[in-house]
Amino acid sequence: MIGIVDFLVSFAIMASIYAIFSMGLNVHFGYTGLLNFGIAGFFAIGAYTSALFTAKMPTGALAAYVQQAFGLNMPFLLGVLFAAIFAGIVAVLVGLLTLRLSEGYLAISTIGIAETIRIIFNNERWLANGAQGLIGLKRPLSGIVAPQFYNYIYLLIVVIFLLLIYFALERGIRSPWGRVLRAIREDEIMAAADGKNVFHFKLQALALGAMVMGIGGALYAHYSAAIQPSVFEPLFGTFIIWTMLIVGGTGNNKGAILGAFIVWALWSWSTFAILKIVPVSFQTRAPYIRYVFIGLLLVVFTLTRPKGIIGEERQVSRF
Amino acid sequence: MVELIVYGIVLGSIIALGSVGLTLIWGITNVFNCAHGDQMTVGAYVTLLFAGIFSKIGPLQASVGPFSFSWGVLVSFIPSVVISIGLAVLMDRLVFRPLRRAGAHPMTGFIATIGVAWALRGLVYIIWGADFHFYAEGLRGMLFLPAGVKLRTDEIFIMIVAWGSVAGVYLFLGRTKAGKALRALADNPNLARVAGINTERMLLWAWGIAGALVALAGILYGIETQLRPEMGWIFLLALFAAVILGGQGSVTGALVGGLVMGIAQQVSTLFLMPTYKPAVAFIIMILVLIFRPKGIFGRGKAK
Repeated sequence: MIGIVDFLVSFAIMASIYAIFSMGLNVHFGYTGLLNFGIAGFFAIGAYTSALFTAKMPTGALAAYVQQAFGLNMPFLLGVLFAAIFAGIVAVLVGLLTLRLSEGYLAISTIGIAETIRIIFNNERWLANGAQGLIGLKRPLSGIVAPQFYNYIYLLIVVIFLLLIYFALERGIRSPWGRVLRAIREDEIMAAADGKNVFHFKLQALALGAMVMGIGGALYAHYSAAIQPSVFEPLFGTFIIWTMLIVGGTGNNKGAILGAFIVWALWSWSTFAILKIVPVSFQTRAPYIRYVFIGLLLVVFTLTRPKGIIGEERQVSRF
Repeated sequence: MVELIVYGIVLGSIIALGSVGLTLIWGITNVFNCAHGDQMTVGAYVTLLFAGIFSKIGPLQASVGPFSFSWGVLVSFIPSVVISIGLAVLMDRLVFRPLRRAGAHPMTGFIATIGVAWALRGLVYIIWGADFHFYAEGLRGMLFLPAGVKLRTDEIFIMIVAWGSVAGVYLFLGRTKAGKALRALADNPNLARVAGINTERMLLWAWGIAGALVALAGILYGIETQLRPEMGWIFLLALFAAVILGGQGSVTGALVGGLVMGIAQQVSTLFLMPTYKPAVAFIIMILVLIFRPKGIFGRGKAK
């Protein structure tokens, strides 16, 4: 029984972290129509920033094995704050380069930028220990309960962040600013004709969504307490989040959260189901059935239900 | 330096071959096909499958001339290309045509291609596993060319097949009626439609050509390096860069873009770690997009 509860708690933590990414993507794609295929890049920036800001510089024997550019030993919340700030700064730089391009080019550029960020972290050992990554990251409030119950505390922390982000985004999207974003998504030229600076609004949306993703990255880093560049590969860093948003519902934050929980449940629970069914000799390959499954899920939803399970509300502003 | 440029031309030949189909589809439907890299992987692995079957036949076990692979591998090109064409047409029929019919935004198609890419890669993992595979074991023949350039004999084969296939496609596009219609469509879909060109039929041609060339590109890349399930996905970044450098729908542009990307990636190893190669392709691409958003051979109007 305890095993099941523990499993559900760790499931809920990861699903909530993915829900935060999914809401960040919703700001980009759902509300503004920006095709950001480089979520993994902002994920990595957030995770590494918070890790470097909160970790101590390695000393003694450890310093021979772990290299990092700096370690400021800051508290957890400051780490999360700087994660958001750095992800936002990178988003502004990316946006200045790519947001004037049309949507398809933006998508491909962002794949490339995310890969470049990952390759830099992988190769530059002085920055954050290269391919080995950083371990032993700070876990907030870890002193107050026994280690086996720590996940309950962390779930609470993640859910608080999830709710704060949800309410902040709902407020933002129902404001005049949010209406401009949706106007740009529907018809860029009309929005420009109405005197809105489309480029500036897109840049703001890109930065805001990226900051949310940066927070998600920081929460992931302090949960797993260890990060390496391989975490930020396009599959887990970007495309599973796209599937979550498309399945749950684009343009709806509740949909973004729902999609994250559904897809993560399918992904993490199907492993057990698959391993029960298939013969032992096939077990190393069986988990890849999930690739096919998630891929088909994305195709089926774009074909039959492009708005997702709960699509955008018709009226999002209350007068 | 000379050596790196020669290696760049070998790599660029494979990129060029893979990017022709990508630019045709993009030109006609405005969809970037993210599954193109994984179609490449499938082409390479299907060849491996048939090579395994053909290796049971005595006469096919011998190596082809000075090259590392056997006649069995060479004969397997045929079923692999046929299956790849079938797969490409099937993808269009099952996924992209319904989306076109529904009047979906090209970006919806773009997202769907990612799902297709995942499904294909998952199948490759399930059928062949995550391990590396090779078409041939053992040493590979070397050629010592002037200026200290060492080239594998296989690389001569790669360039012959790549540019031979490209020449074939060029003849088709330039000399036949269907080819001309296809070029017109890729260059300006609306104008071509007004001129009475049957878009749906031409799209089948485009997917067929894309399927054939992408399978060959996958096989050649497999001969050059090794087969692994992520090979095509990683290669896709260079393909996109080549196609964007060349400009939407431009076959010539894709070929030039492919060579530029190949040479740039190899020459970059003089200054950077080889692991930065994919990043180099992308940085060039972004620079091109900033200074010449329509690509080198692009249409007048960026779309």
